[in-house]
Amino acid sequence: MAEIRVQHLRKAFGDFVAVQGSNFVVEDGEFFVMLGPSGCGKTTTLRMIAGLELPTGGQILLGGDDVTMLRARERDIAFVFQLFALYPHMNVRKNIGFPLLAQGMPSAEIRTRVEETAKLLRIDHLLNKSVSGLAGGDRQRVALGRAIVRRPKCFLMDEPLGTLDTEFRELMVHELRELHNRIHATTVYVTHDQMEAMSMADKIAVMNHGVIEQFGTPREIYDRPATMFVADFIGSPPMNFLKFGGGVTKGAKEVVVQGATVGVPEVREDVAPADMALGIRPEHIRFDDASKLRGAIYGTEYLGTTQIVAVETADGIIKARVPAEIRLNAGDHVGLTLNSARLSLFEKGSGRAVRTAIHDTASQGRVQHG
Amino acid sequence: MSLTTAHSVVAPSAGSKRIAGAIIIAYALISIVPLLWIFATSFKTPPDSIAYPPKIVFQPSIEGYCNLFTTRTRQTPEYINSLGPATGFCDETVRKRNMVIAGPSNFLPRFINSLIIAFGSTFCAVFLGTLSAYGFSRFKVPLADDLLFFILSTRFMPPIAVAIPIYLMYRELGLSDTALGMILLYTAVNVSLAVWLLKGFIDEIPREYEEAAMIDGYTRLQAFWRTVLPQATTGIAATAIFCLIFAWNEYAFAALLTSGTAQTAPPFIPTIIGEGGQDWPAVAAGTTIFLVPILVFTILLRKQLLRGITFGAVRK
Repeated sequence: MAEIRVQHLRKAFGDFVAVQGSNFVVEDGEFFVMLGPSGCGKTTTLRMIAGLELPTGGQILLGGDDVTMLRARERDIAFVFQLFALYPHMNVRKNIGFPLLAQGMPSAEIRTRVEETAKLLRIDHLLNKSVSGLAGGDRQRVALGRAIVRRPKCFLMDEPLGTLDTEFRELMVHELRELHNRIHATTVYVTHDQMEAMSMADKIAVMNHGVIEQFGTPREIYDRPATMFVADFIGSPPMNFLKFGGGVTKGAKEVVVQGATVGVPEVREDVAPADMALGIRPEHIRFDDASKLRGAIYGTEYLGTTQIVAVETADGIIKARVPAEIRLNAGDHVGLTLNSARLSLFEKGSGRAVRTAIHDTASQGRVQHG
Repeated sequence: MSLTTAHSVVAPSAGSKRIAGAIIIAYALISIVPLLWIFATSFKTPPDSIAYPPKIVFQPSIEGYCNLFTTRTRQTPEYINSLGPATGFCDETVRKRNMVIAGPSNFLPRFINSLIIAFGSTFCAVFLGTLSAYGFSRFKVPLADDLLFFILSTRFMPPIAVAIPIYLMYRELGLSDTALGMILLYTAVNVSLAVWLLKGFIDEIPREYEEAAMIDGYTRLQAFWRTVLPQATTGIAATAIFCLIFAWNEYAFAALLTSGTAQTAPPFIPTIIGEGGQDWPAVAAGTTIFLVPILVFTILLRKQLLRGITFGAVRK
């Protein structure tokens, strides 16, 4: 197992820049997720770490060794593909043993190693089956088996759950995390699914247009989004934005939005007058008739324990997550109270988050594994 | 109308299936008549083969096959009587027609030439085609589209259009009437077909297989050998049949460029007519034997052949 260090990594395909100067470190034994919409450069980054694409610039260090220009087979990594890439002309046993065969390992040892791995993944009863007859989850396990059998320096996974149906996917998320807790393999996992990312990752990098917008723990990413893109991409429904003008000054504790004064975490920097946005997670909104911030109920989505209420305000639709018991009718006028301690402020032009008191506790909530 | 069975609106109805079946059967019957006629003629005696009205029912004889494999000379009855007893069935049949067997005919060596040249050129075309198709499919080849179009363009004109230049070139190079020359020629004609067909098949094999193998410690060539080739067998088989059928049946170049040692069966079979009258049973026997290898090959690989023909009809 090894640490992965990516420095100023860049990849251009002709005029199109897929990855622009990425920097991050995946620590030894960490489960790292690259999250972003399709075309954001996350898969390209992964393929460069694997050696399937050569970078246009930058460096990749694997356990301290520069592997930037090495061939894939010289890097000692394992890759799980989205479509699994199980060899259809081989059975499960041969598929899992295939990487060991390349090393010229004696067949008796291959046999033991394959059986150990299969037991770990609970697919030992399938070893002599053909891969084409397997169910989605089992195919996934075979693909994982082929990756872990070699005990490589790190695992790279490219949306490995993308083709599974929802039921299997949740099961596999759980199994993957459990497997990781058992073998502590440095893992880089690419997905566009925030549920997968949030539930499995030690660290997440959110990418957009080839740029890493934010790198941090799931909690940091959710609670303190570094940009409006991250705030919008993470969360379901995503963060609400209410626009306001006029900039903020250091030490300010409130802003005026739609004529209502809203308390915010203490601002730690001066921002010149510009278009600004106040970011509110749906669960940080309560209904309170006394509030000056008002809107009309537009519609509701009942989710069982909670409900998502769309409220039409002067600045467009705001979505609030409130207890399911509250009875609301479309057209009702309501007042909205925001949880001041959990709000984010953004500069609308750059999308950058303004430093406030919530960033003081940046180390708080870091997940510890080990 | 039954309420319990769902009927797809795109599935053909029973009536149209029956009509389609009838047309296919009629076509198959019409196609098979000449083949059956050749097969029947090969077992007729020369007088039966030219009888009018044609004989459907006849006394089968293998005289045609005897004549195909031997050369014969006409002798006086006295000479034939002075010989000892006939040494075999063919000997006996030939003597009845006042002839004796002088030696083996050229049919067997010509047939072997056909086998060597057809299978040799098919192997070369498929081998080169697979490698170039893989290259075009997986690598960034400069001017790939133009190159592929150029390869295809070699099929635009009938091959015989270049017969005279090739004849002259082969004479200069000493390739006339050599198996090597014919293998090279048929390979050159077939390789374009092979590249195009195989590129389609290899394009359909996801790259992830090779990438997985290359990450797992294999070189590209090993990855190609162990993951791409096994999955391309269908395409390779289909391509091989098409190449083989062309090389096996080719007549014009064979007639032009081969006359002796490297002559293939197609230009040889018609020459049988000239040896001792119009010997239709011998010609039919030669044709029947000539059909066998391609028939066997096609029956063995018919599934792949069918996939090769319908290839590209259904795309994702």
